[in-house]
Amino acid sequence: MDTFGIVNLSRRDFLKAGAGLTLGLAAPRVFAQAGPGRAGGKAVAGGVFEANDFVRIGKDSRVTVIVKHLEMGQGTYTGLPTLVAEELDADWSQIRVEAAPADASRYNNLFWGPAQGTGGSTAMANSWEQLRTAGATARAMLVAAAAQRWGVQPNTITVSRGTVLHKDSGRKASFGQLAADAGKQLVPPDVKLKDPKNFVYIGKRVPRTDSRAKSTGTAMFTQDVKLPGLLTAVVAHPPRFGARVKSFDAAKAKAVKGVTDVVAIPQGVAVLAPDFWTAKTGRDALTVQWDETGAFKLGSPEIMAEYRKLAATLGLSARKDGDVNRALAGAAKTLEAAYEFPYLAHAAMEPMNCVVKLGAKSCEVWNGEQFQTVDQAAVAGVVGLKPEQVSLHMLYAGGSFGRRANPQSDYLLEAAAIAKAINGRAPVKLVWTREDDMRAGHYRPLNYHVLKGGLDAQGRIIAWHHRIVGQSILTGTAFEGAMVKNGIDVTSVEGASTLPYAIPNLGVELHSPKIGVPVQWWRSVGSSHTAFSTETFLDELAAAGGKDPYELRRTLLGKHLRHKGVLELAAQKAGWGKPLAQTQGAQRGRGIAVHESFNTFVAQVAEVTVRDGQLKVDRVVCAVDCGVAVNPAVIRAQMESGIVFGLTAALHGAITLKEGVVEQSNFHDYAPLRMNEMPRVEVHIVPSNAKPTGVGEPGTPVIAPAVANALFAATGKRVRTLPIRL
Amino acid sequence: MILPLDVNGKPTQVEADSNTPLLWVLRDHLNLTGTKYGCGMALCGACTIHLDGAPTPSCTTPVSAAPGKRITTIEGIGASNIGQVVQAAWIALDVPQCGYCQSGQIMAAAALLAANKNPSDADIDAAMTGVVCRCGTYNAIRAAIKRAARALA
Repeated sequence: MDTFGIVNLSRRDFLKAGAGLTLGLAAPRVFAQAGPGRAGGKAVAGGVFEANDFVRIGKDSRVTVIVKHLEMGQGTYTGLPTLVAEELDADWSQIRVEAAPADASRYNNLFWGPAQGTGGSTAMANSWEQLRTAGATARAMLVAAAAQRWGVQPNTITVSRGTVLHKDSGRKASFGQLAADAGKQLVPPDVKLKDPKNFVYIGKRVPRTDSRAKSTGTAMFTQDVKLPGLLTAVVAHPPRFGARVKSFDAAKAKAVKGVTDVVAIPQGVAVLAPDFWTAKTGRDALTVQWDETGAFKLGSPEIMAEYRKLAATLGLSARKDGDVNRALAGAAKTLEAAYEFPYLAHAAMEPMNCVVKLGAKSCEVWNGEQFQTVDQAAVAGVVGLKPEQVSLHMLYAGGSFGRRANPQSDYLLEAAAIAKAINGRAPVKLVWTREDDMRAGHYRPLNYHVLKGGLDAQGRIIAWHHRIVGQSILTGTAFEGAMVKNGIDVTSVEGASTLPYAIPNLGVELHSPKIGVPVQWWRSVGSSHTAFSTETFLDELAAAGGKDPYELRRTLLGKHLRHKGVLELAAQKAGWGKPLAQTQGAQRGRGIAVHESFNTFVAQVAEVTVRDGQLKVDRVVCAVDCGVAVNPAVIRAQMESGIVFGLTAALHGAITLKEGVVEQSNFHDYAPLRMNEMPRVEVHIVPSNAKPTGVGEPGTPVIAPAVANALFAATGKRVRTLPIRL
Repeated sequence: MILPLDVNGKPTQVEADSNTPLLWVLRDHLNLTGTKYGCGMALCGACTIHLDGAPTPSCTTPVSAAPGKRITTIEGIGASNIGQVVQAAWIALDVPQCGYCQSGQIMAAAALLAANKNPSDADIDAAMTGVVCRCGTYNAIRAAIKRAARALA
């Protein structure tokens, strides 16, 4: 491959490259109009072939895939380029990844209308056709260029692993050799995508594009951004949600050598210095008086007590099949169970942070950017610019689990407010300490559920009533219009209102109390609690009716074939029905659960041991149906990841409030799962030709009920409050 | 005060308050940003470095404890055979997800293998339990350590 250098450009090359094409695949009219002389007009240097908004091919044959979704561990920087590489017939070693800028006109999430952002396990699903089309379009233009150069018909040309070949004449060319000419070809209005049987990469393990950088310390996270004159800001935040700064004494903070600024912002008081440790020392030396007039002062037990009272009253109906009350009244046997779920923090390994460089007419932001369109508008509002004047650099995120898509852009606005408070004198890196991050709110909502079930004389479930009490996540966000209907926040009841089991009389109700604790989507959102209450209660009904929990699920799943498919696969691989090896002096059990979230179906069988009052999860067998398995290795990793995330919450996770103050602060009192607690995990993928669906979240909700059901099998004890306490 | 440091085999000097955690000296003074901040209390291990070969949380180690000792970070671990083999195993098995904790994981794993060429599962648990991964890469880490051990055997 020849080396490509901008400095060596001839004017002629540059002009040629000026005809490089830019097309918006999401905007068909632009698509049709694009072509030589009618392209988006983006000047492209040095014979680079800018096929469209997602694919750029250099003279050196490098294929740069522009990825519009945040890489936060879930594999977007591998899975999305795979789609392009497949249809382009590139060699995987040619592929490079570049983060897309914030530009919703080109890089919107196709499932979110005009908004750009990553969430809801949509990255692969919404890109599936878009990026394959982008790759196929670029391929067609390379082929057209070769056909023109060689004077042959395009359909006599093949492309394989980055080589364009005319078999009959033996002529071949690299992508780089064709790039400049490809840019002059007409953009085909329609391209044919591959028959899945010809896939080279899709369905196979393709190495991750980020492993090397992340194994050598060179991957760039927001925490690592360096800019000339950069100041680090550490902020004193109020001890309670809703409190404000009344007054502060900056003297002691300013006395710390190196502190440059102490400024009040709406979120608290920020201390700035050229390095983190000086800024933090200054912050810790501050004295701040807080105005707590509007502060939230209840504790978790008081909130739960209020919720219990609410749960005794009729809620808004989220689903109503048959006549639940009559069926319950006529049931041979009834059961009732109440479930309590705490607030949960996301606690990503990289605490929230953000870099803002504010100019007179521009604002640049560096961030593990998950919610571009919302953040652009919010930051613009704070600094007094137009959204399009705010540019966002999307960096790797050190985890997110939902946190970096903050509907209020909370930490970005804090960084922007600090930059504004020092009049843009220096770029500012806001760094939250672990304690700041843990106590900043935006938690998975605390929830209270009550379930009632009725069995007939044969032990069949004839009635199911589910009442949920929990704060609405979507009310007040950009998603409210689309996803809060008649007072029902879809994410409060998802998994419960969508219960797949054939139960003739089924009711789901919701109360959404307004509480002054900021809440947010947390990996798997509503399913993080509804999967637990529904899948453990079903287990209780199975036991009460004398049925095997696996067989009962199979029977009730009826036509829900994808639920059934994963259930059967997990059960088979786990050896369901075969006796579990017992250990002397310990109790062992096996539990099963199945749940669909984000159109992905997951079943898990957990094996647990209880010894000396200690619960250990030994093994998890997981089956997943996510449609076409684009990268089985990434899917396995994501299932395992979801299991660890859900298991952490099931075994340890609780954010609790006392008189409005968050009691947890760091990893000693908000414990993550560690290596010594890690179960063996097997992941089995159901073969499928359905469109791919997400894998980032759906592994999470299933593990807690599977473990709780296993614990029941081992000990006869039911878990109705999380985290599990023996 | 001015402190002489030996970082990844190179002598250097930094001017910092003697109580400043080594983590922030590495990151903010020396621009070695591969070592990560996760908790500031030696609870998560993201900041693990080697001091004279011993895995050490740099977030609670004052810079004043470092002069006279060899400091090795993720940027320098690949210079040793063990470090190189561990990093190669990490890449071969695609261990990282978000990647933020992996510098600490690799430093802890390299120290384990330097002391124990053939670690058992219990040895791996003991050496790695201090390093938190919220993405849940633990089984991949275990497999990569075993792969590296085989490569070193």
